[in-house]
Amino acid sequence: MSSEIRFTDFKSDKQPTWCPGCGDFGTMNGMMKALANTGNDPDNTFVVAGIGCSGKIGTYMHSYALHGVHGRALPVGAGVKLANPDLEVMVAGGDGDGYSIGAGHFVHAVRRNVDMTYVVMDNRIYGLTKGQASPTSREDFETSTTPDGPQQPPVNPMALALASGATFIAQSFSTDAQRHAEIVQKAIEHDGFGFVNVFSPCVTFNDVDTYDYFRDSLVDLAEEDHDPTDYDDAKDAILDGNKEYQGVIWQNEESVPYGEKHGVTEDMSQVDEGAPEGAMDLVREFY
Amino acid sequence: MPADFNWAIGGEAGDGIDSTGKIFAQALSRAGRHVFTSKDFASRIRGGYTAYKVRTAVDPVQSVVDRLDVLIALTPRTIEENLDELHEGSVIIYDGERTTMEDVEIPEGMIGLEVPLKRLAEEAGGAIMRNVVALGAACEVAEFPIENLDSALEKRFGSKGQQLVDNNKEAARKGQDYVDEEYDHEFDYDLETTDEDYVLLNGDEAIGMGAIAAGCKFYAGYPITPATDVMEYLTGRIENFGGHVVQAEDELSAINLALGAARAGARSMTATSGPGIDLMTETFGLVATSETPLVICDVMRSGPSTGMPTKQEQGDLDMLLYGGHGEIPRFVLAPTTISECFWKTVEAFNLAEKYQTPVYLTADLSLAVTEQTFSPEEFDMDEVEIDRGKVVDDDTISEWQNEKGQFKPHAITDDGVSPRAFPGTVDGAHMTTGLEHDELGRRTEDTDLRVEQVDKRNRKVETARSEEDWSPREFGDPDSENLVVSWGSNEGAMVEAIDLLEEEGVDVRFLSIPYMFPRFDLNEAFEDAEEVVVVECNATGQFADVVEHDTLTRVKRVNKYNGVRFKADELAEDIKQTLEA
Ligand SMILES: Cc1ncc(C[n+]2csc(CCOP(=O)(O)OP(=O)(O)O)c2C)c(N)n1
Ligand code: SF4
Repeated sequence: MSSEIRFTDFKSDKQPTWCPGCGDFGTMNGMMKALANTGNDPDNTFVVAGIGCSGKIGTYMHSYALHGVHGRALPVGAGVKLANPDLEVMVAGGDGDGYSIGAGHFVHAVRRNVDMTYVVMDNRIYGLTKGQASPTSREDFETSTTPDGPQQPPVNPMALALASGATFIAQSFSTDAQRHAEIVQKAIEHDGFGFVNVFSPCVTFNDVDTYDYFRDSLVDLAEEDHDPTDYDDAKDAILDGNKEYQGVIWQNEESVPYGEKHGVTEDMSQVDEGAPEGAMDLVREFY
Repeated sequence: MPADFNWAIGGEAGDGIDSTGKIFAQALSRAGRHVFTSKDFASRIRGGYTAYKVRTAVDPVQSVVDRLDVLIALTPRTIEENLDELHEGSVIIYDGERTTMEDVEIPEGMIGLEVPLKRLAEEAGGAIMRNVVALGAACEVAEFPIENLDSALEKRFGSKGQQLVDNNKEAARKGQDYVDEEYDHEFDYDLETTDEDYVLLNGDEAIGMGAIAAGCKFYAGYPITPATDVMEYLTGRIENFGGHVVQAEDELSAINLALGAARAGARSMTATSGPGIDLMTETFGLVATSETPLVICDVMRSGPSTGMPTKQEQGDLDMLLYGGHGEIPRFVLAPTTISECFWKTVEAFNLAEKYQTPVYLTADLSLAVTEQTFSPEEFDMDEVEIDRGKVVDDDTISEWQNEKGQFKPHAITDDGVSPRAFPGTVDGAHMTTGLEHDELGRRTEDTDLRVEQVDKRNRKVETARSEEDWSPREFGDPDSENLVVSWGSNEGAMVEAIDLLEEEGVDVRFLSIPYMFPRFDLNEAFEDAEEVVVVECNATGQFADVVEHDTLTRVKRVNKYNGVRFKADELAEDIKQTLEA
């Protein structure tokens, strides 16, 4: 079946309610292309999303999907994948969802290294709640709740990921369609937790981190002398505060995903008609 | 001589109190005696008084009483802490050579047995075995054949090598011989053995075992007293049955991991205690709205906030019945005995899947951490039935698709239960969400659809009310005009209290309620009763309030909330006084 799958098969018949021009359109299209390119189909794909404009993605895609509560999509994704490793699991969310309310889960999802893909639509603002500062907003970015700017340095999600033991870190730009899809595809193909921070501009509330800004400032690592399997190269790129990069920044080739490490490789959905064979031994243990 | 024998070992946390107590309890169980254990422990690992108590008889025992016959006191405080329970003739075994125990005063009328525990242990191979020396001494006092202790020591240390087992046996003999040689006192006890084979387990273990029996494959949790034992039990065992345990970063994550696994089709569970339930409540609403079958176990401890983590209370009922924003259909099961912890866990999984609803399974600390003997048939695995509800597959899914071929995971049905398609089912791809949704699972704010979905979810409760058996467990005199109602671990104490009350000429009918929601209709029982007393371990009477609400009748209340479970003799007295008041 997979050879006939096209990326439009992952589209639902629901029209997105994102603002015209929102970066999330491109982010989603890239995800669908990447899924189709890696031979998946909607019936073996599970998309988990958090809350935010970004979180609406599960509604506009056609697959098995769960739209969860704010910030907690990552553990749901891990639960799905561990219970049925045959599924392709994608988790999507926003920068507020992933690096603020969900920051704790992010760190632990990274170190748990379950074989799934995490796409963060980073617009450096809270979109759905209409324009408050997010953890990736600039220090002087004025919003309704931070009239003088947050006055705190933004979170560096890639540094957070690297420090937590990430095995795959990438960054892409939603509007650079070809490149974005290619980067997400690499994340899917990675054995372990594939993390992609996507610049996905909010045209309604963020007039600083705009399409023009990213177009002008983005540096593509594919065109630099960057080796994503070299930890020092990765560290340098991630900690370089002066540049915005796109491309695969870090990939640990030795990554062994959680499931393999812990021997969790079987579909758990089937259950015996009664107690499993050998269950009486459990009772005997208490003699 | 009383029919049952009460024994305890107490000292500081870190003194090996727990494992010593458990060895003795196992020895008794292996000797065919019934055992009921309880623990006094503080929430500290070192320092802080802790005790392990064992009540044993040839007949079944299912509660604690206010009496202690033999006490192994490793610290002076152990004696102070137990003064109320010690009585004339109680035996206190202690190490008079230990600096802190040198000048210890044995209360009047009691028998102090000074045994050089440490010195004898060293002679047997190491000071660490001093508690085992004390166990040997206790066997002599109670005329309990020491071979049974040997068998428990083998079970405990067998995997660590024969030498260690032999040393421990030797240590026990030294304690026994010392008492035999140094004291020519006639003690009152003579613990008979029988040929029965019992198993000894606690409520948390029974819950874990029930989960595996029910085909649970996925467990995610975050450690918290007194629920951690469930996770510890499952870890290393569930793998043998194709399952897996994840220790999550917090309870928010734990319930979301469990939810994910459940959506993937696995029977899935998490367990926690009060503070964790608070954290899980947000996702609890999502579980219910997305109609995901999930078992959430709350092993209650005393609250609020971090309260008294190692103490008994039944204070979370309101939270379990009403917790969460908005209105959430749910089932709340509350096993009343340790063996029921097993069976209600199995039932919780069936209810969760049949009705695609979160199920709260609540035990209290007393059920969770105390052990009791049962005959193994109580856990007959052949009796376990699995019902997965309305699961559709590749062949049957078309019955549940709309004209466009889209699967309807939230189809409106008469019984309120919709079809369930596990991911991977061909043409079943669908969306679920915590937002209000249509039959396809897609967000809606349509007023009619909202009402239809709310009604549909609530209808599951009505269906369950008519299809399942929500009966209470009944004890005592069915014709009595005195009705006692309780829930959770109070059953054991109450059942024994019935006998004690009878001796005083008071008859009662006792209903032990295992289902908090949906509930058995108590109206008829109330009509037959003159007096109704609701017994529970909390200050405000949460269940009593619920019962009053259901029956529009005032009830009398017996509440205990000092952190200690009801004792049978004390409860009998309380009930008598409440009935007379
Ligand atoms: C527990 C909780 N707190 C707050 C909210 C309100 N809320 C909804 S979306 C959101 C922020 C979303 O921002 P982001 O993750 O950056 O996504 P975006 O909308 O920008 O795509 C907040 C705070 C909520 N739904 N749940
Ligand atoms: S508010 Fe911003 S993030 Fe949300 S849909 Fe509109 S443009 Fe996109």
